[in-house]
Amino acid sequence: MKYLSEYRDPSVARGLITRIRELATRRWVLMEVCGGQTHTIVRQGLDELLDDSVEMIHGPGCPVCVTPLEQIDKALRLAADPSVIFTSFGDMLRVPGSECDLLQVRARGGEVRVVYSPLDALELAIRNPSKQVVFFAVGFETTAPANAMAVWRARQLGVRNFSVLVSHVTVPPAMIAILSAPDNRVQGFLAAGHVCAVMGWTEYEPIAARYRVPIVVTGFEPVDIVEGIYLAVRQLEEGRHEVENQYVRSVRREGTGPAKSLVAEVFQLVNRQWRGIGEIPGSGLGLREEFADFDAEYRFGLGTLQVNEPAECRAGDVLRGRLKPHECAAFGCRCTPEHPLGAPMVSSEGACAAYYNYGRFRHTQRMGV
Amino acid sequence: MTGQILAASILTCPAPHTASDRVLLGHGSGGKMGAALLRDHFLPYLSNPALDALGDAAVVPIEDSQIAISTDTFVVSPLEFPGGNIGSLAVHGTLNDVAMMGARPLYLSAGFVLEEGLELEVLDRIVRAMGAAAAAAGVPLVTGDTKVVERGKADGMFINTTGVGLLDPGFRPAPHRAEPGDVVLVSGPLGRHGMAIMAVREGIAFETRIESDSASLGPLVERLGKTLAGDVHVLRDPTRGGLASALNEIAAASGAGIELDEAAIAVPADVSAACDMLGLDPLYVANEGVLTAIVPAGACDAALASLRSHPLGAAAACVGRVVREHAGLVVLRTSIGGTRIVDLLPGDQLPRIC
Repeated sequence: MKYLSEYRDPSVARGLITRIRELATRRWVLMEVCGGQTHTIVRQGLDELLDDSVEMIHGPGCPVCVTPLEQIDKALRLAADPSVIFTSFGDMLRVPGSECDLLQVRARGGEVRVVYSPLDALELAIRNPSKQVVFFAVGFETTAPANAMAVWRARQLGVRNFSVLVSHVTVPPAMIAILSAPDNRVQGFLAAGHVCAVMGWTEYEPIAARYRVPIVVTGFEPVDIVEGIYLAVRQLEEGRHEVENQYVRSVRREGTGPAKSLVAEVFQLVNRQWRGIGEIPGSGLGLREEFADFDAEYRFGLGTLQVNEPAECRAGDVLRGRLKPHECAAFGCRCTPEHPLGAPMVSSEGACAAYYNYGRFRHTQRMGV
Repeated sequence: MTGQILAASILTCPAPHTASDRVLLGHGSGGKMGAALLRDHFLPYLSNPALDALGDAAVVPIEDSQIAISTDTFVVSPLEFPGGNIGSLAVHGTLNDVAMMGARPLYLSAGFVLEEGLELEVLDRIVRAMGAAAAAAGVPLVTGDTKVVERGKADGMFINTTGVGLLDPGFRPAPHRAEPGDVVLVSGPLGRHGMAIMAVREGIAFETRIESDSASLGPLVERLGKTLAGDVHVLRDPTRGGLASALNEIAAASGAGIELDEAAIAVPADVSAACDMLGLDPLYVANEGVLTAIVPAGACDAALASLRSHPLGAAAACVGRVVREHAGLVVLRTSIGGTRIVDLLPGDQLPRIC
């Protein structure tokens, strides 16, 4: 397949790995922002192959993982409401809330449906006028345009029984939070290609300049990732700190105009809690006043919920790159994909799940177990 | 999670944290949840040696013969899909389970649960396909039962089929017989059935129409039996849960490790593209016309030749080997040269966000 198979070519990837090894005069610490990239890295064993030249720290870019417990609990409450059809992307269904998860709510009679697009949820609302259809609008800037479109369309069509439970987050404030932490070890970033396909990379230029870190906009296939790492290492070796674009087939500096304007029309920046990390100012997207009618929190009067994170879950340290998943005492023992303590063990993009599913064997071997 | 539950779970590690008190859909996925349901809620009440073997089919003696019996219930939605329907699937699925024991299927039974309102035209198409599939395999459907339930109590129709076959004492493949030095063969490309169903069910239009691979594997098993007989250590049809789950069960049953070679595993381009789009791994997607065979390395070429002599096995390939290392685990060597575990999934694969 054009634009895909060439980015999976093992010989190209191996060639780039050799070049990274030759180039690196020391072991650099890089963070891939996006959970999709984490999975490619661990699935393909790239971290293992590059171990002597680069330490990859897995960033907070898994939308499922950073959705705060309070929002999950609100979702569970809505899903249990007999007047509601609750719709969500698939990987939110197994994320544990305070008491249970959406799959369990469904088993008890709640109407929970997986959709592939928020526009499918809107369709469902149109077909079921006697029900309230709520869509769980989570994700980074990548999913924001489609979610904005669903709300915008609902208003245009006057669909009164559709609303969204919003838990959107944005990447740049999280990168700043990581870089300004006193114990930060990250020396360079692979920025999330899909986020930048929407937003472009102008927001990253002041970050690269202020914190003197290379930021390479990177795709998701093995060759993309290895090339992104190569470009970041080259900058570090040459003492440069610029925004560079590896994902040229999808990303332009200005991003995608219509998608950005739609997001700006429907959403505004708000403070947002990140699960395991805490509140990051201006890091979330919330519906603008003009679209408040479509906000499930208002429509159902959800208010604020008191929630307690499982004390043992160190998701925050994992998401900030301070702890590797397998270094957590609960990893693979009291926390597994069947019975996760925290979201990074649930999502197909979560760092803990990636280590558990793909890397457990390597890490237990290395630890001599 | 309350502190009490957390404390209890620390004491009983690795016991579940949030064990559900109800049946979840994931219990039917063929992953770890399904295995736990069987272990905790069925076997304690039904245990006996033939059942406890947990093969694709049970092996029981009747006078001087060994008989294989297998039963399977089909609840697929939609009832009709590219490449087959619930009727042909119900015949192929059960015949294949019997065949995987190395048995020659002899008779089939069928039980139908029909939902009030099902169009008779649809019923005719489905039963006609069952008849054709059974006739093609040379196995008569000799007894059946029909029940009708109120509208809303069944998804169109459910079918249960049971197959009975005769075992050949010299040809007894079983999961525990995999041993280091064996190779892992797969008879065809992976993922077609699961993605064909997914595409129809979710109304996702891909550029090409993915057809289910639903087929009777009897002819392939017969060829392997004739060529290699006792050298066929394991036969499995990787249905629900895909090749990954089937190999995990074999690794667990045999106590050996399995190493897969990613580059050797064929996934059709359309299946691969659909999986990419939905964030699914084709190794876990169901097949209904593919078998995996484990044979000694020395018998690899003969086994491949016999599989390839039938159209169903034309793309047969050696995709891995059984090893002494990492006992009980399936490990994949990626095309780039890295390694990763191919574990059992907890429940169904969940499509991902972006």
